[in-house]
Amino acid sequence: MARQPDGPPPPPTVQKLRLRYTKRGPLRFASHRDLARALERALRRAQVPMAFSAGFSPHPKVSYMGAAPTGAASEAEYFEIGLSRRCDPEQVRAALDASLPAGIDVLECVEAGEGAGSLADRIDATRWRVDLPGVDAGELTAAVAELLARDEVMVAKRTKNGTRDVDARAAVVTASVAEEAGCAILQVVVRQLTPTVRPDDVMAALAVVADLHPPLPPRAVREAQGRLDDSGNVADPLGPDRVASSCCQEEHAQV
Amino acid sequence: MTVDSLYPQLEPLFAQVQKPIQYVGGELNAQTKPWDDVAVHWALMYPDAYEVGLPNQGLMILYEVLNERPDALAERTYAVWPDLAALMREAGVGQFTVDTHRPVAAFDLLGVSFATELGYTNLLEALDLAGVPLHAVDRDESHPVVVAGGHAAFNPEPVSDFVDCAVLGDGEQVVGDITDVVAAWKAAGRPGGRVELLARLARVDGVYVPRFFAVSYAGDGTIAAVQRTRDDVPARVGKRTVMDLDEWPYPKQPLVPLAESVHERMSVEIFRGCTRGCRFCQAGMITRPVRERTITGIGSMVDAGLKATGYEEVGLLSLSSADHSEIGQLAKELADRYEGTNTGLSLPSTRVDAFNVTLANELSRNGRRSGLTFAPEGGSERIRRVINKTVSKEDLVRTVTTAYANGWRQVKLYFMCGLPTETDEDVLEIADLAVEVIRAGREASGSKDIRCTVSIGGFVPKPHTPFQWAAQASAETIDHRLKVLREAINADRRIGRSIGLRYHDGKPGVIEGLLSRGDRRVGRVIERVWREGGRFDGWSEHFSFERWTVAAAEELAPFGVDLDWYTTRERTETEVLPWDHLDSGLDKEWLWDDWQEALSEEEVADCRWTPCYDCGVCPTMGTEIQIGPTGRTLIPLTPVTG
Repeated sequence: MARQPDGPPPPPTVQKLRLRYTKRGPLRFASHRDLARALERALRRAQVPMAFSAGFSPHPKVSYMGAAPTGAASEAEYFEIGLSRRCDPEQVRAALDASLPAGIDVLECVEAGEGAGSLADRIDATRWRVDLPGVDAGELTAAVAELLARDEVMVAKRTKNGTRDVDARAAVVTASVAEEAGCAILQVVVRQLTPTVRPDDVMAALAVVADLHPPLPPRAVREAQGRLDDSGNVADPLGPDRVASSCCQEEHAQV
Repeated sequence: MTVDSLYPQLEPLFAQVQKPIQYVGGELNAQTKPWDDVAVHWALMYPDAYEVGLPNQGLMILYEVLNERPDALAERTYAVWPDLAALMREAGVGQFTVDTHRPVAAFDLLGVSFATELGYTNLLEALDLAGVPLHAVDRDESHPVVVAGGHAAFNPEPVSDFVDCAVLGDGEQVVGDITDVVAAWKAAGRPGGRVELLARLARVDGVYVPRFFAVSYAGDGTIAAVQRTRDDVPARVGKRTVMDLDEWPYPKQPLVPLAESVHERMSVEIFRGCTRGCRFCQAGMITRPVRERTITGIGSMVDAGLKATGYEEVGLLSLSSADHSEIGQLAKELADRYEGTNTGLSLPSTRVDAFNVTLANELSRNGRRSGLTFAPEGGSERIRRVINKTVSKEDLVRTVTTAYANGWRQVKLYFMCGLPTETDEDVLEIADLAVEVIRAGREASGSKDIRCTVSIGGFVPKPHTPFQWAAQASAETIDHRLKVLREAINADRRIGRSIGLRYHDGKPGVIEGLLSRGDRRVGRVIERVWREGGRFDGWSEHFSFERWTVAAAEELAPFGVDLDWYTTRERTETEVLPWDHLDSGLDKEWLWDDWQEALSEEEVADCRWTPCYDCGVCPTMGTEIQIGPTGRTLIPLTPVTG
């Protein structure tokens, strides 16, 4: 007979929290699995009352939104946790932030709004900033113009099952060039397609269209994630939850 | 003099390599100190990949002990993979610490912990990447003092060209003594240069400085004599032993990496040393006597460690954890304390004993019972008497069956082959045993969904053990025995499909044997192999047997010895062994008698429960057995809830 866990099933989820965190500095080299491990251990250290799945191998209720690639920094990573006891979101944010290594900083925590929809449905694009040390801003501007002028730019993307050709151009919504302290900066909004087009793929596309080859590895930062609006901007994915929670508070206030 | 971080130069390289997270540091509980605030700077290296080295308890302990001193800092460095090493050479960036990315070359000391001899080529690679001369004699005052430690340091002769010192035994106290010596020498303006510093270090108890000893050889290739070359250093170097483990509750703040490591759990060492007397076991011989941490000491380390790390599992570590005098009570009280918190407790591989199943049941009270591991080590009752790990076949089958009956689905059994006096028949008994275990297990559990995994590797004779004189089995012998075992297990498919066989071929063991019982002449082989690209020899994808055999043949020929001479040759009682001047406390005569008793299949009992049998350690080292029971109970506390 297979053994069954004794005792009652684990307590249910009574509150869902959605959090935004960063991947800064040297920790940009962390993979999504590294981050998941770090976050789950920090949740334990911070004594956040997590809800768990049932069975012999209970897992905390955590779900992650599409993570920035290994090597890319981020100001806008998201995950959602299920709690077995209601908590003040700001207290959870502060406790978790204190338990995480410097570089993984928890910036926001909001309660998932009742009927406000899933977090995943509110994310379909990323705004990237790619620092390109050693690249001439003028050369980059010309390359970007060339990329935007094309209908399609196929690049070879390495996947688990070998390489696959992907249209990098199709994912690019907007792209522009800036310069800071002599370093050329590519600002690009990329739509989330399958397979995902990442900053590396955009750089590969620039190599295809304009033979642009940065002398040093580019440094990408995900500045924002969210739903693309009509003007090509990326909306705050936690916005609807904030609206929902402030409504709730007003209702409570009236009661 | 401040030392700059190499991070700006390293960062673009990290973007181009596999798993860069292993090189950036920033682990939870990592420590950094300003360079100029302290007198003595230690770089601590585990000479293997980060994922293997980070969880190493020894390194973690010394890191904390040293960083607690106001006059010292310690940072960690690990072997870098060939992809990064190539980029570092191209860019002219040296071996770095992960904590602050300071260059290893700038430190006063480089301490290297050798758990296995297969890390030797990685030491050479790290020295070369650091820009530190490979040979100790070529170093000057500006270079770090290279200190070897760990179990392999009980015979450091094969790496004696490359290290400045080797430390024997427990490191907690001796690193402090070494720090004091270096601090005083630096404060005095480095009198006498590097040689004077090394002479002062050689007078620290437990520190061996190979350059102050000369080795001469006889016509037959054996060692004629090992003699000190200075009167002001001891002629024999004894090991260090830390007594009263409760006073050394390290690591207090275990490091938690972001990267995945080989041990995704926290470990608490519940005792050190073992006197079971397994004759193959170097750890059990060189770490005597048994020193237990008390039940209350363990309880507070588990509590503090879980709070500091957020780990979900705690391993209760030692050489034979079920032997702790209070283990039953400890298991029960810890299981009570963490019930309902999703915190797992585990014991590492254990002796074959029904009590261990009871313990494992208690620790997994309401958790998953996936796998349980036992280590009978020898295939037949006869060979188990030879190695002094006696358990009858009947007891073995009964114990494993009990495990299946208690809901354990998978049992792993560890064995060795190539043990002294072993024949094919001894190894073939493993197959009989596995078959019987599955038959009885299916009956007891009423399920066909049970598995037995037989894990087997070639035995390598080690210094400071009764088998130090034994002939090592050749790679061909090992491979032949593994082959007949595999065939025997597969003979009956209905049972055989429930039995897994995991094994390592005999070749790496031969090289480990050369490095384990080698002398100073073997250093040339190591250097040659490294020059020809040898790295990460513990990893099958990097290990090249041919590179080692060719190097051994050519480098050893001028001395009239060869690979077989070091490995498959049985030593005589009077032969001077390369490590005879290094004292583990074991009386050489006792070791020889125990070797003779092994050959006549006589057992020896554990001195914790029977009278002293004069192995020599306690009187030589001024130590004693420290065991409970203390009669104390764990103080109730509020556990981490999750």
